[in-house]
Amino acid sequence: MQEILDLLQNDARLTAEDIAAMTKKTVAEVQAIIAELEREGVILKYSAIINQEKNPAEKDSVRAVIEIQVTPEREHGFDALAERIYRFPQVKSLHLMSGGYDLQVIIEGRTLKEVAFFVSEKLATLNGVKSTKTHFVLKTYKENDIVYVDQKKDRREGVTA
Amino acid sequence: MNERTDRYSVKILNTPPSGIRKFFDLIIGRDDIISLGVGEPDFPTPWAMREEAWYHLEQGHTSYTSNWGLTELREAIAGYLTKFDLHYDSKKEILVTIGVSEAIDAVLRATLNPGDEVIVAEPCYVSYQPLVELCDTKLVRLDTSADGFVATAEAIERLITPKTKALMLCSPSNPTGRMIPAEELAKIAEVVKKHKLWVLSDEVYCELVYDGNTHVSIGSFPGMKDYTIVLNGFSKAFAMTGWRIGYLACPAELMAQVHKLHQYSTICAPIMSQYAALEGLRSGAAEVERMRVSYQQRRNLMVNAFASMGIPVAEPEGAFYIFPDIRKTGLSSEEFATRLINEYKVAVVPGNVFGAGAEGFVRCCYATEIGKLKEAMRRFALMVEGKPLDQ
Repeated sequence: MQEILDLLQNDARLTAEDIAAMTKKTVAEVQAIIAELEREGVILKYSAIINQEKNPAEKDSVRAVIEIQVTPEREHGFDALAERIYRFPQVKSLHLMSGGYDLQVIIEGRTLKEVAFFVSEKLATLNGVKSTKTHFVLKTYKENDIVYVDQKKDRREGVTA
Repeated sequence: MNERTDRYSVKILNTPPSGIRKFFDLIIGRDDIISLGVGEPDFPTPWAMREEAWYHLEQGHTSYTSNWGLTELREAIAGYLTKFDLHYDSKKEILVTIGVSEAIDAVLRATLNPGDEVIVAEPCYVSYQPLVELCDTKLVRLDTSADGFVATAEAIERLITPKTKALMLCSPSNPTGRMIPAEELAKIAEVVKKHKLWVLSDEVYCELVYDGNTHVSIGSFPGMKDYTIVLNGFSKAFAMTGWRIGYLACPAELMAQVHKLHQYSTICAPIMSQYAALEGLRSGAAEVERMRVSYQQRRNLMVNAFASMGIPVAEPEGAFYIFPDIRKTGLSSEEFATRLINEYKVAVVPGNVFGAGAEGFVRCCYATEIGKLKEAMRRFALMVEGKPLDQ
């Protein structure tokens, strides 16, 4: 199962036939395992990873990491406030953190102004939010195991090996 | 030009260039060809090892090392070899070399006299035969094709004469990926001891074994240390081909002789490579395993692809080669490989370059990305079916 997950995480377009061949299982077995992984929510979605810096429509978009300190609510802890935050489509990631702050939000907007506006108008004003600190992302080098900056090229040459 | 008629060594004039090399000359600069030719990992060296070499460059550690290699590296190699139940003194029985290739040359020259016979299990890597013959010895080819490309004790013993001095084995094998089972190695070990041979055991693919197989060294059988030269290196498992770093382990008395050749011909292996290799032995196991799993998956894909074409192939237990039998096409391996390059734009190496028993087969190295492998197999199938390449 882990091997199938690793393969799909690396290339979600591998077919069940390919995976079956690579893991020495039958196609039916692979399909059943994948269906189970999907049903259990281990596999959430299959999507393309886009380098927005190279996407003409989005290349000027802005990403920011926002550190939020909050006052936890009785009974709900951080979850209720977190839900209010992640429902905004601008929010791309949200994590509860240990350490100097509580929630880490990653948001994307078309312009710096749009992001700043979202933080000051939407996030900072939420009940329970004590403070926010906004850091703009200048360049992405690597994310989710994928290096964004260089292009792989097969440099191997003809040799007597 | 120097016009002396005897300006070149007759021996080297009589030595053919590598058949693999000839094939690669056809594809240099051709981006449209998918190459399953080069026997080389498609991973770069794990970063921790590259970073370690970088650190030592920064520190100005750019000197020679001892002829033997860095003490810490030899100690680490000695520790590593215990994993295969091989026990060597890091001070006198392990030598760091410029890849396994240098080690083979040095050992052959240190052990052979003119007229000696050397049994080479074929098909085998292309350097064995010429290096043996350059020692003025008789190359005795052991054709393993009838036994599924696995050398057997019985077949070896049939070729032994009073002049037989050495036996060359490679398991897992280049070019077939086959491994000699432990039971057979035990029998071979008995033959070796009975006839007092040297065994040159090329174990460079020892980490790349699949389906729960484990590598067994012939040197680990009782009493075999006195007869075995273990040849190993970092090129394949640690994806370090360009660093040129290998080693050999053998009894101290033989090593004293091999060491003389090594010190006169190369002085020592490059220091940066030695530091990187040391880091690999210290921290590289997880990366080696990651690469091994990836090769295993690709091997499975290839076995499956050939099966669906109806092309017979012995499933390789190790290395990153597969050696399909293309005889049903009615073509020689060289004709097949030439047509595959010219008409289907896929490069493989014709079997005939690997010695006896290999005609009618081609070597495919599957250390290439999956998308390219699948496309290469699609084109291979078109060739087998006699259909033209579309597009």
